[in-house]
Amino acid sequence: MASMRDIQRRKSSVASIGQITKAMKLVSTVKLQKTKARAESAKPYFEKMYQTVTHILARSGNIRHPYLQAGDSSVKCIITITSNRGLAGGYNSGIEKLITGSGFEKENIELITVGRKGKEFLERRGYKIRSDYSDVINNPMFSDAKEICEEVLKAFGDGEIGEIYVAYTSFKNTVVHTPTLMKLLPVEFSDEDMEKRRQEQKSQEAAESRAPMNFEPGEEESLDIIIPKYVTSILFGALIEAVASENGARMQAMDNATSNAEEMIEKLSLQYNRARQGSITQELTEIIAGAEAIN
Amino acid sequence: MADDKLFTLSIIAPERIFYEGKASMVELSTSEGDVGIYKNHIPMTLLIVPGIVTITEEVGKRQAAIHSGFMEVLPDKVTIMAEIAEWPEEIDVNRAREAEARAERRLQMRDPMLNLNRAEIALRKAMVRLELTGQK
Repeated sequence: MASMRDIQRRKSSVASIGQITKAMKLVSTVKLQKTKARAESAKPYFEKMYQTVTHILARSGNIRHPYLQAGDSSVKCIITITSNRGLAGGYNSGIEKLITGSGFEKENIELITVGRKGKEFLERRGYKIRSDYSDVINNPMFSDAKEICEEVLKAFGDGEIGEIYVAYTSFKNTVVHTPTLMKLLPVEFSDEDMEKRRQEQKSQEAAESRAPMNFEPGEEESLDIIIPKYVTSILFGALIEAVASENGARMQAMDNATSNAEEMIEKLSLQYNRARQGSITQELTEIIAGAEAIN
Repeated sequence: MADDKLFTLSIIAPERIFYEGKASMVELSTSEGDVGIYKNHIPMTLLIVPGIVTITEEVGKRQAAIHSGFMEVLPDKVTIMAEIAEWPEEIDVNRAREAEARAERRLQMRDPMLNLNRAEIALRKAMVRLELTGQK
């Protein structure tokens, strides 16, 4: 059995780790609340944007536009959003698994990384990193999303990449965050969504005998402008949701770590008390044996 | 003013809902020129260029600066998706003046590497901001 001193030393180190994780939990709880509020206040824009774009595309289903068709290049660009700091449980490995298990061939992937952890991991695995925007994740702004967007849209326009995806952790609620791989370009909506939209529109138009949507300037020119805005807004939404998820994941991880530390302290206290009792008993036996030997 | 002249207007910016309320008319600049929209307009999608939006409410008017975005007009509802939207009191006049000077200088340099479009947009934004705050 370990000596009393060893156990005591271990106990105090576990206790101080517990204190650190507890403090980290508190910090990430506060951050979570802030980032969560931010993610929620950005939601209306994000949703309205999605609605408007589906609306436009539902009306003009067979329109030909470069943003609606895959480019000639087989290169897929994935914008990967992870965190700059670790100790967030499965947050970063979730995204990493999403990329490695995406079924795309490694040669055909170019990554734009946001977040150092993901960059380091995927670089080691031999993925090609096109560019890196890790500083953005500390406090993502709309202009950051715009900058990234301009880069990918330019590459898409020049035919360097054929498809654009974003891999991020979507924030469902404080405890549920799911890694998500979403296609940005070419714009594609699930048929279900489109069908629903079409039905809705028809019934609405019939009910109100309303004129169909007009575009000024023409539909194609409008799409030229609206689709980059759509991509930017989705990217921005992804960025701030990812930040909220990161803090949520860290809060959970730190909560687990704190309760594990408490459990360990309990076990160690028991061991310590046993060792203490054992040593007292031993001392007593020795004294008694010594006294008897003198008699 | 009678209630049947009012429509729902919402201006949504990426970080917040900028404005939501009832208005009888909204005026703003689009890629096709300045427009004013009343209730029962035909459904339409318009692209916005930097400019001042004037909201005529039941009582009084409000003005704000809007830079780039698009709007969806429906007979009883107008939604403006603005990338940047500011009330006059939120505009930093000194910064706008500086931006104006900077953009003008850039345009005058005729640098072939310069993204002309971008400098022009920057200039327009600065001018709109100054105009709105009455510093022009």
